[in-house]
Amino acid sequence: MRPIKKQRLLLIALMLAGIGGAAAFALKSFNENLMYFFSTTDVVSGKAPGDALIRIGGMVVNGSVERPGDSLLVRFKLTDFNRDVPVEYTGILPDLFREGQGIIAKGRLNGQGTFIAEEVLAKHDENYMPPEVAATLKPDTQNNAQ
Amino acid sequence: MNWQDFWAMGGYAFYVWMAYGLTLVILVINIVIPVWQRKRFIQQIRNRQKRSN
Amino acid sequence: MFLVPDSVGRFFHRMASPPHFYAFSGRLMPWLGVIFLLLVGAGLYGGLVLAPPDYQQGDSYRIIYIHVPSAWMSLFIYVMMAAAGVIGLVWRIKLAEIVAISSAPVGAAFTFIALVTGSLWGKPMWGTWWVWDARLTSELILLFLYLGVMALYSAIDDKRVASKAVAILALVGVVNIPVIHYSVEWWNTLHQGPTVTKMDKPSIHISMLVPLLTMAVAFKFYYLIAMLQRARTELLQRERNSQWLKKLLESEG
Repeated sequence: MRPIKKQRLLLIALMLAGIGGAAAFALKSFNENLMYFFSTTDVVSGKAPGDALIRIGGMVVNGSVERPGDSLLVRFKLTDFNRDVPVEYTGILPDLFREGQGIIAKGRLNGQGTFIAEEVLAKHDENYMPPEVAATLKPDTQNNAQ
Repeated sequence: MNWQDFWAMGGYAFYVWMAYGLTLVILVINIVIPVWQRKRFIQQIRNRQKRSN
Repeated sequence: MFLVPDSVGRFFHRMASPPHFYAFSGRLMPWLGVIFLLLVGAGLYGGLVLAPPDYQQGDSYRIIYIHVPSAWMSLFIYVMMAAAGVIGLVWRIKLAEIVAISSAPVGAAFTFIALVTGSLWGKPMWGTWWVWDARLTSELILLFLYLGVMALYSAIDDKRVASKAVAILALVGVVNIPVIHYSVEWWNTLHQGPTVTKMDKPSIHISMLVPLLTMAVAFKFYYLIAMLQRARTELLQRERNSQWLKKLLESEG
């Protein structure tokens, strides 16, 4: 390679290294803000701000979903397999909402440690399979679904 | 195979066909535009050549 | 470059000459078109007809057959654009500059498709059209990078200068590519983790994976076609005063 071209290539490599380093630092310092939601353990252990509008993510605990009365009120528990948080939500749930499903709820904690959700989104996992295949895996996926 | 079921997409027809339809439109536009631009450009050059002759 | 066989080197050298590139790409076009249509036909038939519905998402998951290949293409084309830009910057090859700028609108189109189809998938499944999580936001930034590249190129009249500016902007934006890819692993996001590129085991059933990969290959061919169409147009406009163009137009009557 001719020296002038080598020089240009080196300049580009230096530029890329510089930008990469700057980006890495920026992302590291904004790390917390880039988290879309808190885990249930964060909420229970008080890491999440007490009265602010936050999002929590976790799996809907099997058998915890109850609908008292005929309103749209739903109560369920969220877990990250470590700590549980009780959640209350009034509204229409996404199609994917079901027990054992990962979801993200936006809302506030009330004084009793119950999370009052304003919005519930379903977080689906990265597995895709036909229903027949899922049926054979059922006991397994029920416990491992995130 | 049942065509009605196929178009219904298990109740998600709007979302699925909207996604496919939009994709088709965008992909077609992205081929048509440069071809059309090239044809128009060649025509322009031809016209200029005729005038200068 | 000494690792490349002579014949390959000669091929690229010839391809870098505008008249050869114009003629060769023109002859290649129908073949690329046929391959693309066959692949897309097979992929759509496999994805929409043969593949079973998903155990959780029913038929709505079929958006995956355009959403995921489009998202892959949005990253792939950006890398191609930046690489062509570097070759243009270092070796001053005009054709590399043309390939770089011709890739931008195709990449922007795929990024837009990935965002819109993702939105159309997110509404019924997640329960929302859009969230500002790391994956979705970084993909939106990618769209702005593409649009920025296109705007910058058209704003500078001297196209050799414009190409240099565009290559540098494209290079700066390259940092966004790993961020998009790893965003679902580095941070908590609403978007789920990777399905196909995961190392341990594929988490998609084979009957769904085959059409997905078929569509991914089909989209690669689409990129070639759309990019070459743009490149041919761009080449003519840049070479408007050249002898070979004059001869070509005369010979075509």
